[in-house]
Amino acid sequence: MSQTVPHVDESALAALMPERCHARGRAGFGLADLRAMSLRLRRDIVTMLVDAGSGHSGGPLSCADFGAVLFFHEMSLDPNNPQWEGRDFWHFSIGHVTPIIYSLMGERGYFPLKDLMKFRQFDGHLQGHPSRHDTPGIEVSAGSLGQGLSVCIGAALAARLDKNERRVYCVMGDGEQQEGQVWEAVMCAAHYRLDNLCAVIDYNRKQIDGDVEDIMGIAPLADKYKAFNWNVIEVDGHDHEAILGGFAAARAHKGRPSVLLANTVMGQGISYMADDYRWHGKPPKKDEGERALVELGTTYDAWKARLLAG
Amino acid sequence: MADIVLQDPVPMKKTREGFGHALVDLGESDPRVVVMVGDLTESTMVSFFAEKFPERFFEIGIAEQNMASIAAGLAAMGKVPFFATYGAFASCRSADQIRVSIAYSNLPVKIGGAHGGISVGPDGATHQAMEEFAIIRSIPNMSLVVPCDYWEARKATRAAAALPGPVYIRFGREDVPVVTDESTPFTFGKGEVFGAGTDVTVIACGVMLYEALRARAAMAAKGVSVRVVNLHTIKPLDRAIIVQAARETGAIVTAEEHQVNGGLGGAVAEVLVQEFPVPVEMVAVHDRFGQSGKPAELMAAFGLKEPDVVKAIERVLARKAAHANA
Repeated sequence: MSQTVPHVDESALAALMPERCHARGRAGFGLADLRAMSLRLRRDIVTMLVDAGSGHSGGPLSCADFGAVLFFHEMSLDPNNPQWEGRDFWHFSIGHVTPIIYSLMGERGYFPLKDLMKFRQFDGHLQGHPSRHDTPGIEVSAGSLGQGLSVCIGAALAARLDKNERRVYCVMGDGEQQEGQVWEAVMCAAHYRLDNLCAVIDYNRKQIDGDVEDIMGIAPLADKYKAFNWNVIEVDGHDHEAILGGFAAARAHKGRPSVLLANTVMGQGISYMADDYRWHGKPPKKDEGERALVELGTTYDAWKARLLAG
Repeated sequence: MADIVLQDPVPMKKTREGFGHALVDLGESDPRVVVMVGDLTESTMVSFFAEKFPERFFEIGIAEQNMASIAAGLAAMGKVPFFATYGAFASCRSADQIRVSIAYSNLPVKIGGAHGGISVGPDGATHQAMEEFAIIRSIPNMSLVVPCDYWEARKATRAAAALPGPVYIRFGREDVPVVTDESTPFTFGKGEVFGAGTDVTVIACGVMLYEALRARAAMAAKGVSVRVVNLHTIKPLDRAIIVQAARETGAIVTAEEHQVNGGLGGAVAEVLVQEFPVPVEMVAVHDRFGQSGKPAELMAAFGLKEPDVVKAIERVLARKAAHANA
């Protein structure tokens, strides 16, 4: 796995104008744009966490690369009309990664970027865990682990009933695989041959209490999914090109659901967070956040000003 | 409306059959309606729907948590999903999924919980759901309805489909007395006076409505005028009909085939202590698990028959009189 963020110059970031980001349908970003977007998302995540004073750092940062590919290449969305009938259905079963969920939504144009600075605040609409009632674009509330793949089966069955081409994307965690309901759903999606369903597992190998394999082992995860009759695609979850290929392979596969095992690093992009389970559920303090944003090529003040202006 | 008159002999029919027939009605009138079941197609009577609309019927197997969350996904995509299983599993096994996936999202998922109450009989305590009212009514956005007979089950199921939010509908296993007919008024969220009276009110739901109506007749012979209110919808609760009964009759008996903790009696008492306190007696299962046996003997052993309602009426009338003399 790549453990460093590839160099992106500021002009590449500046080229990601709102009219491109907020497009209806597929945003169609290429590799360079996707890498720039991932950098932007990591800056958003750190900045909003510093100001929130609570929330999760590690998982959102490990999701930032495949998250960018999903929202800015793979999925067909309409941020101005979240209930657009042609939309692809996306759902983060790991509700606690709201910093990446909301950064993706904000950058895609679901709501103004300044809303990110009200994350977890009483007078904002961005709950600690995603809420359909509070945030237009959230399809189903989440936060109790293990439920999301089932939710996505419902969406995939509905798309099939309606005989349309809409696809369904479910992001799960690796620790989450310890929930029994996940395996009810894994069985069910294969039973119904839901090839319009693509799961992504953020396989960063860490959970709150430590290493997943020490807490409650899930390996060999690929073999488990294969045994349940899924199409399994393993990718470097920080290599945008590999991720693009993974989603294309999933789309092309017929007759079975697909899962991308995205091998990632918890806290990816921030030197002092990377691969350290202690960053699962806490935010950076102000000075830590300032250091992180310098590592990400900007400053806390500059990025906060950008968000507040958006 | 006019007082309900019990037929003699009273016809018997299952509430879950009303559910099954209503699903067919809905399948014909609304293409958004889809039905799921957890390996209990025959006994929840979703089989009628399955035969008629196989493409909109999904067998999920023995996986109630999965089924509840799937329903949320179907609803988020514009369907009106029903799922059916035994109430013990629907309410307890999938409580977290109902809370987070369904209710917090406020999605129009409809849950058919069959085999509610002690009258489930020989299967024993595990299958005698008597905690659903407490669980479901404590979750925001959930509605809860407990039909008293076949016709009311059919109407309640159709009404649930039309509501914009999530609804739990509770059914029993056994044939139970048919006390209403196709034309009896039914409004979701509104109680109905099934028998006029001035001395005391029995507020009942489910099969206990029949026992309440019999107790009313028994008390009439003793010169006591008993009002009977059918409070089929436990959430949202018809506060007005409860307060009016307290104001006009001064004493309340509640009757439900459910644990006393957090059930209909508790819901009614919550309203009364805040708005118009009067003596209340509760006919319910008093904090104990069920057991195997024949439905009728269990209903008697657990204090859920007409004589139990009569005794509760007498107790509450004594308290009312003591109040008046104090």
